[in-house]
Amino acid sequence: MKCRVCRGPAVIDVRRHNANFCREHFLRLCRDQVAKAVRRFDMLAPDDRVLVAVSGGKDSLAVWDILIGLGYEADGFYLGLGIGDYSEESARYARRYAEDRGLTLHTVDLLSAHGFDVPSGARAARRVPCSACGLSKRHLFDEAARRGGYDALATGHNLDDEAAVLMGNTLRWQTEYLGRQLPVLEARDGFPRKVKPLVRLSERETAAYCLLKGIDYIVDECPMAAGNKHLAYKAALNDIEAESPGSKHDFYFGFLARASERFRAGVERDRSELGPCERCGSPTDAGVCAFCRLAERATAVPAPVRLGERPAR
Amino acid sequence: MRVVLRNPTREMDVDGPVTVHVLLQRLGLNRESHLVICDGELVPGDRMLGADAEVEVRSVISGGAGAAVMRAPR
Repeated sequence: MKCRVCRGPAVIDVRRHNANFCREHFLRLCRDQVAKAVRRFDMLAPDDRVLVAVSGGKDSLAVWDILIGLGYEADGFYLGLGIGDYSEESARYARRYAEDRGLTLHTVDLLSAHGFDVPSGARAARRVPCSACGLSKRHLFDEAARRGGYDALATGHNLDDEAAVLMGNTLRWQTEYLGRQLPVLEARDGFPRKVKPLVRLSERETAAYCLLKGIDYIVDECPMAAGNKHLAYKAALNDIEAESPGSKHDFYFGFLARASERFRAGVERDRSELGPCERCGSPTDAGVCAFCRLAERATAVPAPVRLGERPAR
Repeated sequence: MRVVLRNPTREMDVDGPVTVHVLLQRLGLNRESHLVICDGELVPGDRMLGADAEVEVRSVISGGAGAAVMRAPR
C-alpha cells in the first residue's frame, strides 16, 4: 500500500476515506480533521484558553496533543476516580504526558476531595458505575473550567462515541437527548462551553495517531465498563462499517445536518431556569445539584475497606 | 508467529506468513476496531507478517461511558 499523498510506504489504511497514508500524512490528516471540526462548528477562537479533560486514554491525550499542535493554550484536568489499579495507571500516563512536554495538568482525586469514589458512589446511590462516573466527571470538569476561568472545556469524544450515543438515543427515541447531542454546547447559566474536537476522527484513527506520535496511553479498558450498552452499540456500528465504510460518519453527520434541528425546539422549550446549588453553587434546576445528592448518599455509608490496609485502632 | 492480544492481554501462536487482514480474519476480529503492530511498528492491512514476527493486535474500542453519555451534558 502506498500513501495517497506522497506515494511512499503506507502505515495505515483508512477505508472510509478509501485511502492509505504514511506516518507524516496520516498525522497531518488527523490535525486537519480536528482543525476542520473546530472551524466548521465554531468551537474555539484562536486566543481561547482551553481546559482538556484528560483520562490517560488515547482520545483525551490525542485531543490535547492536537490542540497544542494547532497553537491553542490548553491545560489538562485529570480526575482520579478511585477505580483501583486502573485509575492509578491512567493517572501515570496523564502525568507522564504532561511532564514530558512541560504542560500544566490539574488533578483532583474524587475520594480525597469529596469523600467517595466511583465504586462506593455507585453502590450507595444504586447507580451503575458508568452513571456515577459520568455524573461526577461532568460536574467536576465543569467546575474546574469555571473556577479556572477557561473559555472552553474540550473532551476526547470521537466519531465512534458520538455515533454510538446517537444509536442509543435513537433506539429509545430519547428526543431531549437527541436535541442536545451536538459537537459544541455553548456556555450558559454558569456552564462552560463544551467542545468535542475529535468528532471527525474514529477511535482507530485516534489510537493510530497516538502510536505514530509516540504517545503512551492506557490500553486496558476500564474494568467497570465491561458489558455496558455503549460498547455493544460500538460493536454493532463497526460491523456495519466493515460492510459499508463511511457509515458511522454518514449516520452522525447526516443527523447533524438533517435531523438535529428538529429536536432542538423541544430542548429550548423545556429548558428549566437554573439557579445555584445550595451546597456547591454550581448551576442546577433543583435546589441541590445531582452531584451533591450523589455525594451525600455516598458519604452516608462507611468508607470503602481497602485490601492490604489494617483498620486504625 | 507470536501474537499478543489486548483487553484482556493474552498470547497465542499463529501460523505464518500471513497478511494483516488475513490474521484479523482468522482471529475473528473486526479491522475497524483493531490496529496491528509488528515488531513495534504500525502496519497496514496488506503487510505480510513473517512466521517469526512479534505481533500485537490492539483493540481501539473504549467505552466507560454507558448511560452517562446517553445523558448528553447540558
